[in-house]
Amino acid sequence: MSVIDSLKKDIHYIESLNSCMNCGVCTAICPAAEFYNYDPRIIADTVQRQDEESLEALLKSDTIWYCGECMSCKTRCPRGNTPGGIIMALRRASQEQGWFTESEKGRQQFALKRVLGTNILNYGYCITPDIVKPEMHPEQGLVWEWIYEHRDDVYERTHANYRHSGAGTLRKVDDDSLNELRQIFEVTGGSEFMEKIETYSLRKAEENGLDPESYFLQTYMANNGTHGEEKSNR
Amino acid sequence: MNLEGKQQIWKDYQKDIADDRYYYARSCIRQTFFPGSEWAYLDILGNKLGKTVFDDPRHTTCTGIGYHSDVVPVETIMTVVARHFALMTEAGFENITPSCITSFGIYTEILHTWEQHPEWEEKTRDFLWKATKREFKKPKNLAHTSDVIYKFRNEIAAQKKYSLTDVHTGQPLRVVDHIGCHYAKMFPSKGIGGAEFPAVLSGMVNAWGGESIDYPERRHCCGFGFRNYLVMANRGFSVANSKKKFESMQPYEPDFIVTNCPGCAMFLDKWQYTISEMEGTTYGPNGYGIPVLTYEEMAALVLGYDPWEIGLQMHQVSVDPLLEKMGISYDPEAKYKNIRGENIGRPQCPTYLKV
Repeated sequence: MSVIDSLKKDIHYIESLNSCMNCGVCTAICPAAEFYNYDPRIIADTVQRQDEESLEALLKSDTIWYCGECMSCKTRCPRGNTPGGIIMALRRASQEQGWFTESEKGRQQFALKRVLGTNILNYGYCITPDIVKPEMHPEQGLVWEWIYEHRDDVYERTHANYRHSGAGTLRKVDDDSLNELRQIFEVTGGSEFMEKIETYSLRKAEENGLDPESYFLQTYMANNGTHGEEKSNR
Repeated sequence: MNLEGKQQIWKDYQKDIADDRYYYARSCIRQTFFPGSEWAYLDILGNKLGKTVFDDPRHTTCTGIGYHSDVVPVETIMTVVARHFALMTEAGFENITPSCITSFGIYTEILHTWEQHPEWEEKTRDFLWKATKREFKKPKNLAHTSDVIYKFRNEIAAQKKYSLTDVHTGQPLRVVDHIGCHYAKMFPSKGIGGAEFPAVLSGMVNAWGGESIDYPERRHCCGFGFRNYLVMANRGFSVANSKKKFESMQPYEPDFIVTNCPGCAMFLDKWQYTISEMEGTTYGPNGYGIPVLTYEEMAALVLGYDPWEIGLQMHQVSVDPLLEKMGISYDPEAKYKNIRGENIGRPQCPTYLKV
């Protein structure tokens, strides 16, 4: 199936692209365009032109991974387009094809899949205190270091139900609910999608002669420092 | 434009908010970094306002951070949300109130998609049945928890023990707000004031004696950007966006920042520390930062809750100067103690940021 045909079946694409007139308002408001070599107007234009070669190059590039999905573009577009939604469709297509491993920013999907997949399916939350380790999150600061070290005490003081069953903040999600969540991932294709990310990533790790843990750290930490540079095709 | 016309426009930015019996949807980020806020919200609703809120132990993440990091497909998140609707339905509730802005945006988007594409709702119902044997009714009312506090802002004002005023000068505190991108940028008609006229937090500020201050980058993203924070290599994006906001608000000398979204609250607090360590820059007076409050914390302070019970010691930017300004009676010595009053150490001091 061509890239454009797969995009046309994606609900994000269907909802997000009407007819772009290239006015550039999305780029003016875009936080990613301000700090990265990124231009949502060009994304909408490339997709609208439906050129397969350009689309494949886009799906293999860093470009589609800069957007923060804040959706500021949705509010402003005079034609009702949402470049951030188009990006969601492009990212899905890139991962379905395995092309995300061709760019530094794309390869980060491996780190995201491992961290978020583990949290969601094992804890029932996207984020839990136990995994916000200070050494991986120096920006969290010195108060977080203190909280992390004394988290049972601090959460008890603030009325949390940390690590315990029942209602309340930070409760332990019960096994039945976790099993339902896992079953939803199985039935809806969520598990299969994550498995694809894992498979393509481990293939890339092997190509690069890295074990999975080293590859994970590389995708989590590597930054070649060129993502804010201007390109001649802007 | 005459007043009648303006009033007509303003009507477009109002929303219906149920007045009782809420199913509560917790936030992954808020409960991790601001657990006292979620507790305070439930306590205020239940014990100060006499409302019924169901905190369901079976509720899980909506998977929204995974969805916006593009590792969770849309079919999956729709079905997880459908399970939340099923739990709400089974519990006999019709109004759902997420604590998270990302969740609020996702619930709104999903209901919109089902309306535009009914076949997606049917597909989701099939998935949910296959996975859990559950069925659901769609909520009659969807409101963010801040919408609920906004709705009852005058009832809270009637019970307030402290005002958002500087007790030393008698002047209203100057408050900047940040409503969070997914509150109203995607579906402006679903947020109070829409994306253009952010009123959900400023309405509370004004009702409780403060002065809401506009600033140029009021609507700019805090910089979370999902993958742009979660992956260490990308965090420059996140801090750069917050810095843009701090530089925009600093000339207005705000007494504090109030936030709608739990992620934004965390970033606007923590990035002030990071920027101070990176550059030596601080944004408050005399080397302090600008305190950041969640709206639940702001409401709880006004109502006289103990600052440490609601978790203000968990903030990196010190809130003590703000407590002093408001004339709040509190015990500074209790800040870093556990519930039994035992010492559990204290955080180290930053290099530049005064705490």
